[in-house]
Amino acid sequence: MSTLSEPAITSDIVAAHGLKPDEFQRFLNLLGRTPTMTELGICSAMWNEHCSYKSSKKWLKTLPTTGSRVICGPGENAGVVDIDDGQAIVFKMESHNHPSFIEPYQGSATGVGGILRDVFTMGARPIAALNALRFGEPSHPKTRHLVSGVVAGVGGYGNSFGVPTLGGEVNFHKRYNGNILVNAMAVGLADADKIFYSKAKGVGLPVVYLGAKTGRDGIHGATMASAAFEADADEKRPTVQVGDPFTEKCLLEACMELMASGAVIAIQDMGAAGLTSSAVEMGAKGNLGIELDLDNVPCREEGMSAYEMMLSESQERMLMVLRPEKEKQAEAIFLKWGLDFAIIGKTTNTLRFVIKHQGQVKADLPIKEMGDNAPEYDRPWTGPKQLPRLEPEDVAAPVDLQLALLQILGSPDMCSRRWVWQQYDTLVQSNSAQIPGGDAGVVRITDKKAIAVTSDVTPRYVEADPFEGGKQAVAESWRNLTCVGATPIAFTDNLNFGNPERPEIMGQLVCAIKGIGKAARALDYPVVSGNVSLYNETMGQGILPTPTIGGVGLLADLTKMMTSRFKQAGDLIILIGGHGREMGQSIYLREVLGREEGAPPPVDLATERKNGDFVRALINERAVTAVHDISDGGLAIAVIEMALPTSFGAKLEALNHIALFAEDQARYVLTASPACAMALLAAAHKQGVEASVIGEVTADPRLNLGVNGHIDMAKLRSAHEDWFPDFMKGA
Amino acid sequence: MKSAVLLFPGINRDSDMLMALEKTTGKKPQVVWHTNTTLPDVDLVVVPGGFSYGDYLRCGAIAARSPIMADVMAKALKGLKVLAICNGFQIVTEAGLLPGALVRNAQMKFVCREVRLRVENNQTFFTNKMAQGSVVSCPVAHGEGNYIADNETLKRLEGEGRVVFRYVEGTNPNGAMNDIAGICNEARNVIGMMPHPENMVEALHGKQDCLPLFESLLAA
Repeated sequence: MSTLSEPAITSDIVAAHGLKPDEFQRFLNLLGRTPTMTELGICSAMWNEHCSYKSSKKWLKTLPTTGSRVICGPGENAGVVDIDDGQAIVFKMESHNHPSFIEPYQGSATGVGGILRDVFTMGARPIAALNALRFGEPSHPKTRHLVSGVVAGVGGYGNSFGVPTLGGEVNFHKRYNGNILVNAMAVGLADADKIFYSKAKGVGLPVVYLGAKTGRDGIHGATMASAAFEADADEKRPTVQVGDPFTEKCLLEACMELMASGAVIAIQDMGAAGLTSSAVEMGAKGNLGIELDLDNVPCREEGMSAYEMMLSESQERMLMVLRPEKEKQAEAIFLKWGLDFAIIGKTTNTLRFVIKHQGQVKADLPIKEMGDNAPEYDRPWTGPKQLPRLEPEDVAAPVDLQLALLQILGSPDMCSRRWVWQQYDTLVQSNSAQIPGGDAGVVRITDKKAIAVTSDVTPRYVEADPFEGGKQAVAESWRNLTCVGATPIAFTDNLNFGNPERPEIMGQLVCAIKGIGKAARALDYPVVSGNVSLYNETMGQGILPTPTIGGVGLLADLTKMMTSRFKQAGDLIILIGGHGREMGQSIYLREVLGREEGAPPPVDLATERKNGDFVRALINERAVTAVHDISDGGLAIAVIEMALPTSFGAKLEALNHIALFAEDQARYVLTASPACAMALLAAAHKQGVEASVIGEVTADPRLNLGVNGHIDMAKLRSAHEDWFPDFMKGA
Repeated sequence: MKSAVLLFPGINRDSDMLMALEKTTGKKPQVVWHTNTTLPDVDLVVVPGGFSYGDYLRCGAIAARSPIMADVMAKALKGLKVLAICNGFQIVTEAGLLPGALVRNAQMKFVCREVRLRVENNQTFFTNKMAQGSVVSCPVAHGEGNYIADNETLKRLEGEGRVVFRYVEGTNPNGAMNDIAGICNEARNVIGMMPHPENMVEALHGKQDCLPLFESLLAA
């Protein structure tokens, strides 16, 4: 083995690669000799947290991942679920947090690009995108710059690629000041019997490189994503990749043509850790060795070393095992789309990962150990302190109810996100049935059916109680899908946490996963894909724990799709789930009283399921005219949100501030014609669902609160609409 | 009515346009790849929206020099109907089929939202089913739809009735001069517009305001 032109391995170099001394020792034992620089780089890329899930794997295994509609659960590029008629939905959510903090436009753009690639690698054409964004407090000097860059980057990539962005979340909190979160989700449509996997099959078959050329960008991106930031975050800019959505669009079309031609045996996109992780995964999964000759890798820069090529995270690239007899046909398709197509290696029966460059062997590693058998930890964890439940009498009424409503609707977390989603193409492909602003995005699949998509988590709940917060994120996702009339099928989870080497952070992760698992089981709502992002901390300050849940549901009859906006004056407003009393961690408490305390609302999963199934059945029977769930801000905000996009107002019975603002779970607001309402209430009673009429939709465009006075919808609307554009203008 | 939709790398509203044309004309349009040198025998060519060549260099600049464009130019001069939407509008202005240029939106951001369009000329192949001065809802989705032209060109466009669509006051999404959303050539057989009528033709789209525009194609 030649180690010419590669530096000697010192303990400093090992540490710079993010390998702990015991991990390096494990690597030495595996090899029986000192590794080359290229080998060290490969090991560091495969064994970092981002690629190996070494801290989370033990707990992720406890999640329910099967179900009658699950075709492929976690472990592949994305999850796959059956939506009948021989069709499947392929979806996943993934984080791009660290790169987006360092370079917001490119970081978020390549986050979108990466997740789109994960989906079309499996043979699915992307039909919807979502994104969940968390920024620092609005007054932080970097926040505006980051919001502006991230939103432009998300839009810049998705708009050009041609996928409608149909949902998402934006939150602000000081705990994200030094570490924002950019979670991107992609949803694709495929034929259920034409899903492509990464597992290589067959010895001596060509390994083909597809897509864009390899450059020096993003080297060690996955390792960066597995470490906490210090004050030098800006110096890490060279590790951020640069996106090219045009090439990705061409790559999509070329891959679709290629897959239809029958040439593909296995395919894997080059995401985190680029050529290294794609090649290792294909070989390790297929119980095969892989031999690559880097002389054939298309490079856009001269003099790239083996080390650089193996660790580059240049975007818009794929690796494929090809049927040799289809080589010419495959090459022609890629040339047509102006993309590189190069045979760079072959599958072997040696179970070794061999890298050759300029006639020298640069790496010769056992492939299984690099992939499947990466280290796994059972990190120590401590359970979180239980916070006391806040008694309603400990929560003061607002001095001025109208002012409180305006304050809440015009707060950074509660105001309209129109400024954000108007920068996203929500209409391309002509199948968008519901764009952002409602409970879930809805996209048409056929003339008859559609799917619903949503992204949810309430980080302040998870911080206060990771177990209940984990349950709540899943429950809210399930509820949002229910609101549009969809039957929830499965979800993807994107677990964003701090440093798992701190037992209290590890405890958040463990408890949140337990909560997610519990809710998933109770709601028959399995997890089919996911991503873990740890070490989200800067200068020792961790983020709010943020396990984002990306849900997909099936709307079997598109004509029954429900929306949240009021439809007609005179319709009765009905509360499902009863009045609330949980004020802990509520928006009212934080925005009006300036208090962030107490236990979050607990989630009774049996009630959640009963109420949700009841509401979905009502939608299915066309018994209701509008449906909205109650979440952040409570009942008052839910009712106002139903009126805001319309010319109507609402008249509510006189309710105290607890009823108006409590955030108890498993609740919905419906409207129904007076003719339907009586039967609805009777059915609810029979099924043990709490339901009561609390008001009516009015032609008078005011929110009438009885003895508590009234307020013009126009005033509420401008508070709701103005905060974001004003903030971004610097007003 | 026989139609063809041009396809350049990076175009992404081709399927939207194909769906709208098929639904409204009852015939499947042909798809013509940009490296072809001859158009098929059709009555209408549509240059659809998207990001041809990633909008690199300048929006539409590279596509305007594609092999197929020579035949489009030649046949347009002989009267072939050309409908150019969004990126298509940018491509045909770059090719010189329509005057002026589309530059970065005034607010410097991509915008996707509904606008209101006034039909300023109902004597074209795409507006003949509309009443003169009628107003329709239509979405836009672009980052560079800000129409500019020199004073003389603007004067001619206005004077000759070649402004086909204008953003109704208050809904101009990009800062376009004279609120111009779409124009035509002197012979009225080439129309370019930034908005996406193909995204508002069926119940799913919330409104079907742009259906009569496509129905106009049948009468033309």
